Amino acid sequence: MKTAAQLALDAASVRGVTYADARVVSIRNRSLTTKNGRMGHASESESLGIGVRVIAEGAWGFAASADLSRAAVEVAAARAVEIARASARVKRENVRLAAEPAAVAEWTTPHKVDPFTTSVEQNLDLLLKVDAEMRAVPGVTLAETGMNFQREESWFLSSEGSSIHQTKYSTGAGYTAYAFAGSEIQKRSYPNSFGGHWQNRGYELIEEMKLLENAHRVAEEAVALHHAEQCPEGEATIILDGSQLGLQIHESIGHPIELDRVLGMEANFAGTSFLTLEKLGKLRYGSELVNVVADARQEHGPGLGTFAYDDEGVAAQSTPIITHGRFTGYLSSRETAHTIGATRSGGTLRAEGWNRLPMIRMTNVSILPGEKPLSLEQLIAATDQGIYMETNKSWSIDDKRYNFQFGCEIAWEIKHGKRARMLKNPSYSGITTEFWNSMDAICSRDQWTLWGTPNCGKGQPQQVVGTGHGASPARFRNIRVGSAYQGR
Amino acid sequence: MLTKEQAADIFDRIRRFSSADEVEAIFTGSHFALTRFANNTVHQNVEEENSIVSIRTNFAGRTARATVNQFDDESLQRAVTASENLAKVQEPDPDLLPMPTADEANAAGEGARSTRFFEETASITPADRAEVVKRVVSVAGKHKLTTAGIYSNSESGEGIFNSRGLANWHQQTLAEISITMLAEDSSGWQKLNSPDVRNLDPARLAETAAQKAVESAHPREILPGKYTVILEPAAVLDIVGFMFWDYSGVAILDQRSFLNDRIGTKLFGENINIWDDAAHRLQAGSPFDGEGVRRQRVQLVENGVVKRVVYARGTAQKMKNSAYAGKVGPIAPTGHGFPLPNEMGEMPLNIVFEVPDKVFGGPEKPKSVQEMIASTERGVLVTRLWYIREVDPYEKIVTGMTRDGTFLVENGKVQCGLRNFRFNESLISMLSNVEAMSVPVRASGEESFDMVVPAMKVKEFNFTEATKF
Repeated sequence: MKTAAQLALDAASVRGVTYADARVVSIRNRSLTTKNGRMGHASESESLGIGVRVIAEGAWGFAASADLSRAAVEVAAARAVEIARASARVKRENVRLAAEPAAVAEWTTPHKVDPFTTSVEQNLDLLLKVDAEMRAVPGVTLAETGMNFQREESWFLSSEGSSIHQTKYSTGAGYTAYAFAGSEIQKRSYPNSFGGHWQNRGYELIEEMKLLENAHRVAEEAVALHHAEQCPEGEATIILDGSQLGLQIHESIGHPIELDRVLGMEANFAGTSFLTLEKLGKLRYGSELVNVVADARQEHGPGLGTFAYDDEGVAAQSTPIITHGRFTGYLSSRETAHTIGATRSGGTLRAEGWNRLPMIRMTNVSILPGEKPLSLEQLIAATDQGIYMETNKSWSIDDKRYNFQFGCEIAWEIKHGKRARMLKNPSYSGITTEFWNSMDAICSRDQWTLWGTPNCGKGQPQQVVGTGHGASPARFRNIRVGSAYQGR
Repeated sequence: MLTKEQAADIFDRIRRFSSADEVEAIFTGSHFALTRFANNTVHQNVEEENSIVSIRTNFAGRTARATVNQFDDESLQRAVTASENLAKVQEPDPDLLPMPTADEANAAGEGARSTRFFEETASITPADRAEVVKRVVSVAGKHKLTTAGIYSNSESGEGIFNSRGLANWHQQTLAEISITMLAEDSSGWQKLNSPDVRNLDPARLAETAAQKAVESAHPREILPGKYTVILEPAAVLDIVGFMFWDYSGVAILDQRSFLNDRIGTKLFGENINIWDDAAHRLQAGSPFDGEGVRRQRVQLVENGVVKRVVYARGTAQKMKNSAYAGKVGPIAPTGHGFPLPNEMGEMPLNIVFEVPDKVFGGPEKPKSVQEMIASTERGVLVTRLWYIREVDPYEKIVTGMTRDGTFLVENGKVQCGLRNFRFNESLISMLSNVEAMSVPVRASGEESFDMVVPAMKVKEFNFTEATKF
């Protein structure tokens, strides 16, 4: 594989490029689902190929091929150069790359159990038990479970002398119970919705998730929602569970800090950002309690954004994004670092696979937990009136990342420091900076989980990658709730 | 790129490697190129060549799939083994049907369809794409705007072979252009695609996007509330697309469809007529489904009444044996299944809205967007919707934002640009409140798949919040 990458660099260099890198990537996936006691789908997939990225005449070109024969790799490299020269016909200035020392490295995601060494029987047995447990609850009309593993091995070589071999494992699982009755469909998911919980770990994650132990409760809650009161409309104190807060971070912090968005490179599709360059170091993004980092290092945890080197050979880093409420950092790349006066990339360039151009992606964008011990139950006890919301059901935010609306699967009214009645169809909405400035409490490290978002889409052609978001439950004041059902 | 003959040869090798009762192989291959521009410069420019084969094996009611993009014997054998190992450990599914024969799959005939492969699209070079981007940038310069967007072209082949003699193949091209024009505090957008690049007019699209950016400058904020809206075709397709997952037999059986207990009822306005028609002259895509069955033309909604849903072969059989038989309209395979095994069953993916005009006995004449504006006392003109997500699955409430050209209409004229709104709108309400429609066109957005849809004038559309720009 390394030979193919070197061949591509050689073929590009003889064509007069000023920079080239080549990534050979081999990806293997296993995906299993069940539905109402039967197999939903069972699939394995492999994808192997090379992507060649070059700068010629000051502009980028990229070409990818699944064919790793000498002839095909040389054609791909030549094509990347031809494309770069075409790009140069519509350029305003030459691409500038921040300096980066050449790296020679080997790295593998720390894991206890390679998930691909577990048997399909073992995987299915667990899923079918969870499925049966959910369907044992009267009123459950649909039970769905899923489990996914991925192994991504990559060889990155650059014309500056980098040679990096990485193998990343990710594992995820989750399930949902649906209850249809009358004119309502309600659902509950565990440990998270839309694919469950994911991390860059081995099968040990599955074993730790207590999937079977929670199935009955989750199914009962789906049915019970039919008898719950509608979430009221108005202004309220809300407490969000860690998984929902993770998605809130993803949408209202993670995306707007992407420097390519800020610079207008995503204006046609994903959008731009309200975080224009003059706000760096000045904007009060949130309250004093809000401390957010973008951290790709293993010491931050095994998130979906954890690696040793990004896809242009920059070592994993931790960047302070919000420090005691003040906006302090962007997600950057070698090409964009100079626009914020940085001399080095923040190391966030990643691609979905061999056939996609690496672009700025969230790593693990996490809110740091509170320093004083505070459990969720203690936080609820310290809240006179409010609404506690759990597990995302819908999410939407404008293309500059100001106005958002989230729906959750379930909520409970808080009355005099106690969980009171269950509420269905909870939603909340607001403006990003107003929301984060209203945070007045966050639970401590023992309540903090590094959640995974496996389905983050960006770019044209669109690329889906996983991102990590550490969060513990937190409280927000004077938040608009219930507008999703306004006027009905 | 992979040809049908090469795929047939690979399939022969796959069959030799497999001991399964039945084997199926789905081939997809493409040559795809995309030039991306922003800040009036090309900043990303990519090209990809890839082909994959996805192998399904059947063992007496047990089935699974494995996919690989290398076609040497070792890779194919590994994929066959993976598929077989996944299948063998399952409990037999009594509802799993044998793979279709060629006669069964092709029973509906090919329909009247012209080619969807155009050499003019396939032969576009990086230099050609750069020239088109140059023209778009020059339009931006003329209006003192900044532009961002994409121009792409592809040729692709898709085929399905099975051990019962099925061998269907489809080849097509697609060219696509999407343009955003940005001003200080406003923007405009246009997007279009077609198998034939000659149907795209980049300069005209750029001018329209630029005009929207210029005319929506210095946007006013008005209070959210219920407004008459004029949704341009891209806005219509992006929002209505969220209901078509539910026009599926499996969605009914799973009780996750908003059509549960509603098929045969008048759910929408009298003027709503919706078909799924893969052979429509403005449609693109393959004429067969994930099992190789020919896609049929199906009327989903007639005069506001939901008539039926679509079916894969296995779903139709399950539905016939279910308590829903007799309550959900016609039950028969329609050629809309996804590759097996899957949880979702099927879905109509070639949606065509029909706007009957007076000539053909319909209730009214299609109206242009300009005519809709002229007939509106107070309303909002919407270019595009964004980040749409489902809020309530049964009332089909969806939320999202307006984007890239939102205008106040008063006294029959566009008055000014508006700050963007958040909406929370039931699709049932929306399609019951359509006051006028244009002639349907092929439209493309970012939230849903391409469709043939009209612009719509809709009363009482529910804007719940405004954003800051």
